[in-house]
Amino acid sequence: MAQVVERLQPWLAALEQRPQGAPRWVQDLRDQAASRFAALGFPTVRDEEWRFTNVAPIASTEFRLAQPAPVTAADLDALPYTAAPFRITVVNGRFSAELSRLHNLPRGVRAGSLAAAFSEHSDFVGRYYGRLVDWQSRSFVALNTALAGDGAYLYIPEGAVIEQPIELLYVSAAEAGAPQMAQARALIVASERSQVRIVETYASVRGGGYFTNAVTELFAGENAVVDHYKVQQEAFDAYHVATLQVNAQRSANVSSHSFSLGGKLVRNDANAVLDGEGAEVTLNGLYLADGDRLVDNHTAIDHAKPHCPSHEIYKGILGGKARAVFNGKIIVRQDAQKTDAKQTNRALLLSDEASINTKPQLEIFADDVKCTHGAAIGQLDEDAIFYLRARGLTYFEARDLLIHAFAGEVIDRVQVEPLRQALEAELYAQLAKDLAEIDGA
Amino acid sequence: MLDIKNLQVKAEDKQILNGIDLHVKAGEVHAIMGPNGSGKSTLARVIAGHPEYEVTGGEVLFEGRDLLAMDPDERAREGVFMAFQYPVEIAGVNNAYFLKAALNAKRKHHGQPELDAMEFMQLINEKAKLLEINQQMLQRAVNEGFSGGEKKRNEIFQMALLEPKLALLDETDSGLDIDALKIVAGGVNAMRGGDRAIVVVTHYQRLLDYIVPDHVHVLSAGRIVKSGGKELALELEQKGYGWIEAGSQPVGAS
Repeated sequence: MAQVVERLQPWLAALEQRPQGAPRWVQDLRDQAASRFAALGFPTVRDEEWRFTNVAPIASTEFRLAQPAPVTAADLDALPYTAAPFRITVVNGRFSAELSRLHNLPRGVRAGSLAAAFSEHSDFVGRYYGRLVDWQSRSFVALNTALAGDGAYLYIPEGAVIEQPIELLYVSAAEAGAPQMAQARALIVASERSQVRIVETYASVRGGGYFTNAVTELFAGENAVVDHYKVQQEAFDAYHVATLQVNAQRSANVSSHSFSLGGKLVRNDANAVLDGEGAEVTLNGLYLADGDRLVDNHTAIDHAKPHCPSHEIYKGILGGKARAVFNGKIIVRQDAQKTDAKQTNRALLLSDEASINTKPQLEIFADDVKCTHGAAIGQLDEDAIFYLRARGLTYFEARDLLIHAFAGEVIDRVQVEPLRQALEAELYAQLAKDLAEIDGA
Repeated sequence: MLDIKNLQVKAEDKQILNGIDLHVKAGEVHAIMGPNGSGKSTLARVIAGHPEYEVTGGEVLFEGRDLLAMDPDERAREGVFMAFQYPVEIAGVNNAYFLKAALNAKRKHHGQPELDAMEFMQLINEKAKLLEINQQMLQRAVNEGFSGGEKKRNEIFQMALLEPKLALLDETDSGLDIDALKIVAGGVNAMRGGDRAIVVVTHYQRLLDYIVPDHVHVLSAGRIVKSGGKELALELEQKGYGWIEAGSQPVGAS
């Protein structure tokens, strides 16, 4: 125990430097979250939720809190997806007005700094911020809630239909020296009958072994339609731990697509509560890992109300000695009759040494429900390869075609065309590199 | 066209073919018949280059060249085609896209320009009519959710498109109702003639009512035990395979 406390010491010291100067309720929340983190410490592999993901490499690193760092527009132009007409840019955890694109936003839309929203829209923000996400029992969420001084804020007014995608861009700009840690925090409120498309991107401009700890709260009001994309393209030696917490009200329709392409140790929690009758949620994901990287996706869909459909497709492509974890929890509460939940989870192992631990987890307390789940893990289908070769395609052409088809099931659902193209290019460039290594071996 | 000499093959340590001799000339249609487990599907699959078989002896020449030295895809591009007994479902790969890739792989190999989208669609529509392939089947994933009959029609459709020199039909008739059988046979017959050689592997004589062979061979225990004309198929239909397995000595086939 003494050892554990000792290891936590630098973290507790960092918490002492937590940001100040926000309204009282924000300050109180940070204080409480700091206490919770101190009490919880880091999860270990003895925690059921973290059985296959050891966060010791994060816990034992002394990260310094990320400071403002110079990033230029040219730096951002080098990122794969640059086409978003609207962009809230957050560098090292702080909103950057000059790197954002917030001109000509439709009337009534508020987009920008979370710190500013704390003071300018304190009452409204206080109804959602820290209320959707579980900072009381989740260490990393508590850490983020205690330390996040700023972040992104997006508010879509009632009935507004925003055709063009709005990007929340989190950039890590690590300085030389000790590795840094940044809290990425967002609050998104899509009011009743609104419609919006959001791209949440995590990227770095200078690499370096940094740590991004992200929390996004997304509230979808009655009848709101939210199409959300998370694109994780951290540096290959970075740590990324993130929680997306969705709350869907009556007849709201939220889809979130997660693309996890970078990072050395990645943990994504995507949680959704179907909190009103007829709400619909889609959680899809595609992840890619090679080398000795680890990608852990935990999803939880909580059917709290009746007549809610949910859809889930998660797919992974693993090479080298990469490891992946997929845990798909579906809770159907006693009230949630007529639930229709579908979950599919597939992983493609390109090498013998890659591995995945996967588990569907259904907790059903209602009796009139439909829940289906399926998992398939494996190498490329040899029969399919032979079939394609028997029609004249080379082994390499056949393999590429099958891999692209595998990823396509998730990528083809991306509704933002420039983003889909950027993701495809990025994914296939990485795959080409992995496959060239396999072929060379 | 195809010269098989003393071909011996095993799979998973089990000897399946024990010395096959078969010679197929350009323009001929041969039928290979035999009871279950006689090795007839193995023969087709070995010629196509399926990786699960190990050739332990003998040789296979295609137009005088060593076929066994070629990769399966090279065999295909050189003009060997096998209609699969169990066509494979390939999720996420659009059927039309797949057909175009196959066709262009072959054209490239022979130094022909690749077909553009317009030319390809023209060609595909022309061949699709013959096998009653509708637009929906072209736009779905390869064989995915196809009925048994649709899968087999899709195989012969591919054959019509790729215009092979040597076509092997591996139990293309199994599982087909009479209407589907007629469509498939019609597709094959339309491809008959010229230099194209066709080898029909089947358990039943029924298909041979529609695709009438020039030569019939009977396989038993990995050997060709009897060869003859089309009337041999009828004899088998009447007597079953028992008399062949019981009595006959292996003979060479011509």
